Amino acid sequence: MQRIGVFVCHCGTNIAATVDVSKVAEAAKHEPGVVYAVDYTYMCSENGQNLIAQAIKDYGLTAIVVCSCSPRMHEATFRAVAEKAGINPFMVEIANIREQCSWVHKDMEEGTPKAITLMKTAVAKVNLDSPLQEGESTVTKRALVIGGGIAGIQTALDIADAGYKVDIVEKLPSIGGRMSQLDKTFPTLDCSSCILTPRMTEVNQNPNIRIFTYSEVTDVSGFVGNFTVQITKHSRSVRAEDCTGCGICTSKCPSRKTPNEFNRGLDTRPAIYIPFAQAIPNVPVIDKEHCIHFKTGKCGICSKVCPSHAVDYELKDEIIEEKYGAIVVATGFDMIDLHKFGELGYGVSKDVVSSIELERLMNAAGPTSGHLERMSDHKQPKEMVFIQCVGSRCAPDDRRGKTYCSKICCMYTAKQAILIKDHYPDTNIHVFYIDVRTPGKNFDEFYRRAVEQYGVDYIKGNVGKVTPLPNGKLHVHGVDLLDQKDVEIDADMVVLAGAIEPNPDIRKLATMLTLSIDNNNFLNEAHAKLRPVEAATAGVFMSGVVQGPKDIPETVAQAGAAAIKVVGLLAKDKLKTNPCIAEPDELYCNGCSVCANVCPYGAITYVDKEIRDHGLRETRRIASVNSALCKGCGACSVACPSGAMNLKGFTNRQIMAEVDTVCQ
Amino acid sequence: MPVIEKTASPEAMLEKENLAYLGEADAKKESTFTPKIVAFCCNWCSYAGADLAGNNRADYPADIKIIRVPCSGRVNPLFIMRAFEKGADGVIICGCHPGDCHYTTGNYYTRRRMALLISMLDYLGVDKGRVRVEWVSASEGARFASIMNEFADTIKNLGRNVRLEDIRCRN
Repeated sequence: MQRIGVFVCHCGTNIAATVDVSKVAEAAKHEPGVVYAVDYTYMCSENGQNLIAQAIKDYGLTAIVVCSCSPRMHEATFRAVAEKAGINPFMVEIANIREQCSWVHKDMEEGTPKAITLMKTAVAKVNLDSPLQEGESTVTKRALVIGGGIAGIQTALDIADAGYKVDIVEKLPSIGGRMSQLDKTFPTLDCSSCILTPRMTEVNQNPNIRIFTYSEVTDVSGFVGNFTVQITKHSRSVRAEDCTGCGICTSKCPSRKTPNEFNRGLDTRPAIYIPFAQAIPNVPVIDKEHCIHFKTGKCGICSKVCPSHAVDYELKDEIIEEKYGAIVVATGFDMIDLHKFGELGYGVSKDVVSSIELERLMNAAGPTSGHLERMSDHKQPKEMVFIQCVGSRCAPDDRRGKTYCSKICCMYTAKQAILIKDHYPDTNIHVFYIDVRTPGKNFDEFYRRAVEQYGVDYIKGNVGKVTPLPNGKLHVHGVDLLDQKDVEIDADMVVLAGAIEPNPDIRKLATMLTLSIDNNNFLNEAHAKLRPVEAATAGVFMSGVVQGPKDIPETVAQAGAAAIKVVGLLAKDKLKTNPCIAEPDELYCNGCSVCANVCPYGAITYVDKEIRDHGLRETRRIASVNSALCKGCGACSVACPSGAMNLKGFTNRQIMAEVDTVCQ
Repeated sequence: MPVIEKTASPEAMLEKENLAYLGEADAKKESTFTPKIVAFCCNWCSYAGADLAGNNRADYPADIKIIRVPCSGRVNPLFIMRAFEKGADGVIICGCHPGDCHYTTGNYYTRRRMALLISMLDYLGVDKGRVRVEWVSASEGARFASIMNEFADTIKNLGRNVRLEDIRCRN
């Protein structure tokens, strides 16, 4: 029999106003096993904690029940008190009489009886509690960053700076991400590559960082501190260790009609290519789908011209397995497919471009060497229309777009307008917007500069249709909501600020890492406000747009936050593991494998064990739970047909005792 | 035994039989019927949602008592049968939204198990409305309260559970 102490908290008047706390304490004295019951103003205060510790000593308590706020709030506090006073921390139960009683019921008539029932339920459960020991697990002192954009680069740099090893896995042939495609950045008009490239070089040269480009994470197992990750390194068909990056192969390649992904398909590239001039690593990759050698077995020019004989068509994909203590997901975003918006002319006319295509058109390293021109006739546009919120802030039933605000479009449109006006002052720019959103340091000033100093024509309203005209112009038919009139503009070029969405690969990755994602494929944080870079899965963190739309400085700040969380984890030598895990009763288990089939963590294996059962001695196949892998969900304990599997801390008997008490 | 009208459904016949068995004292209690409702809430979503309902001071009846489980997949259908046997009038199981389970797949098991349980209750002649499965996330405090209010109303309308209760368990 336990010797139980019951401690009822007033929480000032939070509980005491609608629950007669002294009645609850009085009722507790008549419960089985209870030897001491008391109420106090603030149990979580130092005095309250001392009161509990003293009672444990004075009355030789073996278990305690605290009737207070939610266990999510102070369970850890009271467990620490119990442990300090010499009893097992898992001999503590909390009756939640604040959030789930006093705060949701009007008066004492309603609150007090419920609080008493909740107290009795906790006593019934604690009577069946048994001491549990937390396990320990080691921490692999190496982190994995998935995604090599600015979010991943910054996270990796910050972790490496703290002295830990980091690996970056990037799906594309080069790191750099979306930021490497941008021309200038708002609101300072810094050149994007000029600030990104040094970071990329830093990552490449840091002895603590390894980069796996053209690689993908294909399997993840394990748990916080001990992840085992399978990385598939796709074959470049070029030996990186021999390649000098001279680029002769790319210039001689006869297959040159593949759309250039880096320039968003505005020009073409050879089948053997380096994505962009500052690519890291500066090693070409053969696009096997378009390479003549891979298609027909002929050609082979790149191999012949390579001065260092680095081209090797026989290279195969390589699968490596590595252990990590922590994983950061930084897979970034892309613009949604704008072909769905046919009425705006995207995909119909070459002169309707997306904002990111415009970035490439304005970039000195882009397909037009930075000269702004129409893709149809290479003339410089004089009349330009920007359309905002294409696919952003859509109605929930509009399947083509997203309900959220993509956050960055207002600012980059102002930036693009200013840059165009700077280079070509005779251009007329019209911007159709729903709202202009400019929260951020120097953002509104920047937008006002576009309007006041550069004379960009902002029109509040929507565009209904963009029609290509026979004379090559684009007829834009919109509406001005402020003046309540139709607006018709014959434009030379139309730019669509499309919504951004998380990289679609995140769904696969989320399944591998057991992460939760929202309806828009953004990752969910462990807590939206207080744990914004941690995933609910311990040891997994997030940085960048994978969590929600954000601009570059926000991404960099979040990358730093994720890095410090990783460093905090890697700095530990041992981690405590949850002791509330599944446990089979060897005498009941018949080794049927049902539990292993429902376990989401692969924590259950089967062992042959000698069992003594009623004088019989025989070897049986029975379930065995890996304490490091089991997370304690309890799915197996319900699935077990013989009732052999149980969940420590939430045993069948305990839950039944709670049910019985509630129904009394 | 009162005479039973020929038109009465088997369900109604049994209710009447039971009420007769429970005696007059119980019949009087029916007028001020306060149901016993057990709510199983998963630790990660629904229990947090219930806490949020508290933070928002969203009222729901005190007849509902919450039992915390790590995952809705921990709820054995036998716990629900046990509750009915012990005199519960309704049981509600709350878990994370499908796809959001902290343990990845726990609520999918809940969904299947409870679908089976509910069809079995239906077969036994117990109103299906007495068991409900709801998905409540940690951010849906208001929704938690409104679900609980609605469920309590449903149970009040259904009246006392006389079909499954083992009256030997009654105090």
